[in-house]
Amino acid sequence: MDAQLIARWQFGITTVYHFLFVPITIGLSMLVAVLQTIWYKTGNEAFLRLTKFYGKLFLINFAIGVVTGIVQEFQFGMNWSEYSRFVGDVFGAPLALEALLAFFLESTFIGLWIFGWDRLPKKLHLMTIYMAAIGTMLSAIFILAANSWMQNPVGSTFRNGRAELTDFGALFTNPVFIATFPHVITSAYMAAGGLVAGIAAWHLAKLNRFGDADNSDRDVSTWRWAAKFGAYVLLVSAVLVAVSGDAQAKAMTHAQPMKMAAAEALWDTKEGAGFSIITIGSLDGQSEVFSIRVPKLLSFMGTGDFNGTVQGINDLKAQFEEKGFLRDDGSQTELQATYADELAQYSVKVTPNIAVTYWTFRLMIGVGMLGALASLWLLWTLRKGRNPRPSKLWTYAMLSMPFLPVAGISFGWIMAEMGRQPWLVAGVMPTFTGASPSVSTFEVLTSVILYTLLYGLLAVIEFGLIIKYTKKGLPDVAPVKVLEDEDAPLSFAY
Amino acid sequence: MLTLATDPTGLQIVWYLLIAVLWTGFFFLEGFDFGVAMLIKVLGRNDRERRLIINTIGPTWDGNEVWLLTAGGATFAAFPGWYATLFSGLYLPLFLVLVGLILRGVSFEYRSKNPETAWRNMFDWFAIIGSFLPALVLGVGFANFLKGLKVGSDVLISQSFWSLFSPFGLLGGLLFVALFVTHGAVFISLKTKGEMHQRSRAFAVKAGAVSTVLMLVFVLYQNLAWPASENPWFNGGAITWITGLLAVAALAVATWFARQDREGIAFLATGLSIIFLMVNIFTKMYGNLGFISTDPNNPLDIITASSSPMTLKIMTWAAVIFVPIVLGYQSWSYWVFRRRLGVRNMPQDLEHEALTGPQTKAVAGA
Repeated sequence: MDAQLIARWQFGITTVYHFLFVPITIGLSMLVAVLQTIWYKTGNEAFLRLTKFYGKLFLINFAIGVVTGIVQEFQFGMNWSEYSRFVGDVFGAPLALEALLAFFLESTFIGLWIFGWDRLPKKLHLMTIYMAAIGTMLSAIFILAANSWMQNPVGSTFRNGRAELTDFGALFTNPVFIATFPHVITSAYMAAGGLVAGIAAWHLAKLNRFGDADNSDRDVSTWRWAAKFGAYVLLVSAVLVAVSGDAQAKAMTHAQPMKMAAAEALWDTKEGAGFSIITIGSLDGQSEVFSIRVPKLLSFMGTGDFNGTVQGINDLKAQFEEKGFLRDDGSQTELQATYADELAQYSVKVTPNIAVTYWTFRLMIGVGMLGALASLWLLWTLRKGRNPRPSKLWTYAMLSMPFLPVAGISFGWIMAEMGRQPWLVAGVMPTFTGASPSVSTFEVLTSVILYTLLYGLLAVIEFGLIIKYTKKGLPDVAPVKVLEDEDAPLSFAY
Repeated sequence: MLTLATDPTGLQIVWYLLIAVLWTGFFFLEGFDFGVAMLIKVLGRNDRERRLIINTIGPTWDGNEVWLLTAGGATFAAFPGWYATLFSGLYLPLFLVLVGLILRGVSFEYRSKNPETAWRNMFDWFAIIGSFLPALVLGVGFANFLKGLKVGSDVLISQSFWSLFSPFGLLGGLLFVALFVTHGAVFISLKTKGEMHQRSRAFAVKAGAVSTVLMLVFVLYQNLAWPASENPWFNGGAITWITGLLAVAALAVATWFARQDREGIAFLATGLSIIFLMVNIFTKMYGNLGFISTDPNNPLDIITASSSPMTLKIMTWAAVIFVPIVLGYQSWSYWVFRRRLGVRNMPQDLEHEALTGPQTKAVAGA
């Protein structure tokens, strides 16, 4: 195995792992802020209990998100030095701004929120969780702008032997970014809503063991509220995920026609192309053997017109050989155009792994929709004051509500990034030119093995803690007030 | 001596200084975090005392660590060539830093989640190792930046992993560990009352004496073996001597004030010592960024490593606006948590006892 391949695996493993925790962090910080706001406005203790309960889960999750995020920022330079050297002028700025504008905000205000219950007046304390939640969103803005630039390298040109920035604003008006940001944020709310709902509904069934749960009981009524709240968040977000996903498909078809062709296993360019339910390709991966397709749906997804033309893999390959990398309307970004002559010196095989791109696309949609279905089932079960009874099926379904969206998000990212291959920067920098020449196979093998072991250990710890605190249920809460007595025990300490 | 064809632009100098400021901020703030965590078992004789120690940095350590991320991100944005060569060339050392930061980063939060002794012990070690490793490795690293890392004509670091561990490199590692332990001990005495306050102060005096000696040897070794006067970019010979000796003096002053039970001044002095050390190091690194380029036709330096004027200008605006804001709310956070803590402020682990029931209560109290 060569160092570059292992470096790719390491990036994949560490990034997918990191992003298991990110959606919960983004979504749950805001949902906890909403819960605390309701408590602040109404003074109803139930919402303080929910705030503390989900707040604790949020923090357990947040800790891993933070430490695995540090690895991400360093990994570009460590494993992808030639990529960093080539793109740093454009790509480095959003990363630096993410640290300066988002990470400081998140980490400082999370600290104030955790320890500030008895130090800050209620209103100010409420503000701290909003600041942290805003921090997570700012973070998403910058990192997605950076990633979207890799998919569609706007606002830059080839100069002085590297990509140089020509228009910073273009990174944020990039059509890929504009479609990706809402897609990622709303999918994070699906995961967080699913977590809130799934846990609440699981507890509800437990309290209703004998079918006699009393809806006026304080635990029952609180869990009922949380279950419905989470389910609605999940459902509404699922609709928004679908809408933004549609926009993203169009942006992707435009910027990376090959990715869409691979995601659909569409070998030959077609007008009125159908959406593949299942496609089996030939062994050499060059043609279709069998498929079931929904007529014309793909054309609509990709172009907004049922009879629109979607380019096929084989035609795109031929086009690349002949004219270089083009977007679906035949255009190039300035960077792609100015770099074309340099690019000609490399021999690039322009098809991504079709099976991976194709299946992760379907898994993303399928798994995400299943999560939304579980929330519908929940709402149906809780209708008109009814409560669920515990069962294996109910437990699995409620467990699936956070896990399915998170799995869907992972599949989505694998599709987006594997579908970007063979490019680091679409149409500009082939992946094999980006790795660090000075990092040996031994070094990267050592790090990938140790990261995997360490991340595995953290997963076991984190999962154990989440289960423990989930089972523990709603905490009893003391009245919240600012402590004046210097010797009194703090309301929270590690 | 080399003569330079061109001078760096104003923006390049500004960004070099800003990166120096970010590293300095990181070592000033996370320096005491590292020290505090390394002392968990040394100063904390039972679980309550250990919790007290951890809670002195509980609300603020995470924000302190972001200074490192920002230094890394700023280097990527402002000097991609520096970031690419350094981070890939020092792959294994940086990997060790990351492993440390991962272990440490989860330790404080997760430690508190279970009262069992074995569990807490494991996370104590996560915190200790996770603070020792980055402090040591970064010390070895910065000592090597002072010496200069060899860079070939492919602008990649051409010296081996083991060559980093020269006597001077190891001295740098030891110095950073001792310096942060001192800084941390003073910080604990500043943030606690009662017995812990006295114990950490007494420890700071001893650690301060050791650090002062290490700093003195380091500064002499550095200035005699790799004088900044030979830096073709900037004759900083006088500055590295003065700041180096000031770093030694500040540590001596800190030790003296710690002895007098004036830990507030002692903390400012250990902090100043870190600042002087960083000014010293970044003066020596000016221009060549701590690299020795072997190919004069393709050197790696402040000019060749830098981003375009446009990127630097945008980043400068962002820094001018947001660095003061960050400093504002981080200072506010320290103000909010300004009170000294004592063991009596540590709440009972009531929630654990409530959960696990009476049979495990004995463990929780142990």
